[in-house]
Amino acid sequence: MIEVKNLTKQYGSKLAVNNISFSVKEGEILGFLGPNGAGKSTTMNMLTGYISSTSGTATINGIDVLEDPIAAKMHIGYLPEKPPVYGDMTVMEYLRFVYSLKKSKMPRESHLAEICELVKITEVRKRLIRNLSKGYQQRVGFAQALVGNPNVLILDEPTVGLDPKQIIEIRTLIKKLGKNHTVILSSHILPEIQAVCDRIVVISSGSIVANDSTDALAKNMSADHKLVVRTEGSSDDVKKLLSSIPGMDRVYVNREAEPGVYEYYLEATQGKDLRREISKKLSSRNYPILMMKSNELSLEEIFLKLTTGDNYGGVDK
Amino acid sequence: MLAIMKRELLSYFTSPLGYVFVAVYYLFSGLFLFLFTLSYQSANMETVYTGMFFVMMIMIPILTMRLMAEENRQKTDQLLLTSPVSLPRLVIGKFLSAFAILLVCTLIFLVYGLVLSGFATVNWAIILGNIFGMLLIGSVFIASGLFISTLTENQMISAVGSIGLNIAFILIDSFAAVMPAKFLQELFSSLSFFAKYSQFTLGVFSLSNIFFFLSVIFIFIFLTVRVLEKRRWA
Repeated sequence: MIEVKNLTKQYGSKLAVNNISFSVKEGEILGFLGPNGAGKSTTMNMLTGYISSTSGTATINGIDVLEDPIAAKMHIGYLPEKPPVYGDMTVMEYLRFVYSLKKSKMPRESHLAEICELVKITEVRKRLIRNLSKGYQQRVGFAQALVGNPNVLILDEPTVGLDPKQIIEIRTLIKKLGKNHTVILSSHILPEIQAVCDRIVVISSGSIVANDSTDALAKNMSADHKLVVRTEGSSDDVKKLLSSIPGMDRVYVNREAEPGVYEYYLEATQGKDLRREISKKLSSRNYPILMMKSNELSLEEIFLKLTTGDNYGGVDK
Repeated sequence: MLAIMKRELLSYFTSPLGYVFVAVYYLFSGLFLFLFTLSYQSANMETVYTGMFFVMMIMIPILTMRLMAEENRQKTDQLLLTSPVSLPRLVIGKFLSAFAILLVCTLIFLVYGLVLSGFATVNWAIILGNIFGMLLIGSVFIASGLFISTLTENQMISAVGSIGLNIAFILIDSFAAVMPAKFLQELFSSLSFFAKYSQFTLGVFSLSNIFFFLSVIFIFIFLTVRVLEKRRWA
């Protein structure tokens, strides 16, 4: 549906987007995640044909955006970072303008009324856009992207400026739209992407650092063979004891969690589950286990590790 | 193309700009008609036409300053440039919106003709020829103003820049006078906007002049399209 190959954008000497490739299947919601200035908007602007790429190709439904921009744009609904609305028009005037701009063939009034219902702007449709609040303007921008029912939706931070209730509404809407549209959604807010997207592409300083399904990303980055254990007793002794377990690669004393209670980060050989051994070994010497959990990272932590360039093993500092 | 033209027209008349422009145009043309024609008890509007050249030269940049500059500033160009509309159609749509207002303004000369015909015999061919000439030179100013407007996101810079460019068009004659070589003088005089326009006011309807102005309009529209295109590739 959307195919991006070796896409690069260079501004003077600054490499805004560096050789990125990914694809989005039909009916998939792809989350485009990255810190501010990572190149999310630049990539989206290239996908929608607003700016050209320095090299590489982007195809929408098999149509190259640069070679046949008009045909490609017919399939795209785009909500840029700042909603492209005209303050001097009423909501309906604006949507009718977009309707004729997109040369939509659908019955105009019923189609637009349906969109207004969907993004909940029916009650403001006769008001001047400039007098609307930021949240409403954002929704008018969203409505604009839906005009003509394009099968690809590209949404650049669609929930910016909305209140929490509106954010949930828009997320639900995106999920609903995702059933029969292909959606690319950018955000620097992780829970948002996690809540809505099937797959996540993490981008940092212009390059893709991860591209996986939401669940797999959380799973791969965390590791079952990495554990956090708290136990009472001399840390040197316990460290020695734990290190003697076959298959234990590393033992790291993290900190004294409570007086006399230490926290350990344990790393076993990949794929080995040492929880039973640890428990037996410690109880044999009367060291009570006060806590044992797998050192699974939340997406938030994974994201930080990916984008700040730290090693994402999880255990080490 | 029509959608863009319609939106721009709507925008001209939701702000006072459209009304003020038309009113000021009518004011000056009426004033000129009174001062240069009626007060001499003559039916010769030659000086009025000449005066309108300068009025349009200053006023049309006000009409065109917003056209692209505001889109650039508000980032609404993202909507236009990601819509399935080709750049020439986009630019021509913008051009036509300003032209429509110019047309409403210029047609007032039909009324002036009627007024004059109450007192004297009027040569309608000359009036119609001049209406055509004014529309033509007005379109040149619209095209140049649209071009300048594309270059900036500041309306003031756009207006001042366009007025400057239009003044440069007038100065072509002065440049011609100071050129050292005869062929340069001839080259510059042959490019004179004012000399070509004056022929209309004298009642000369020359195809080569029409063709000249149409070419200038085409060049500026072409340049506008190229600027939009180039920004995408920058």
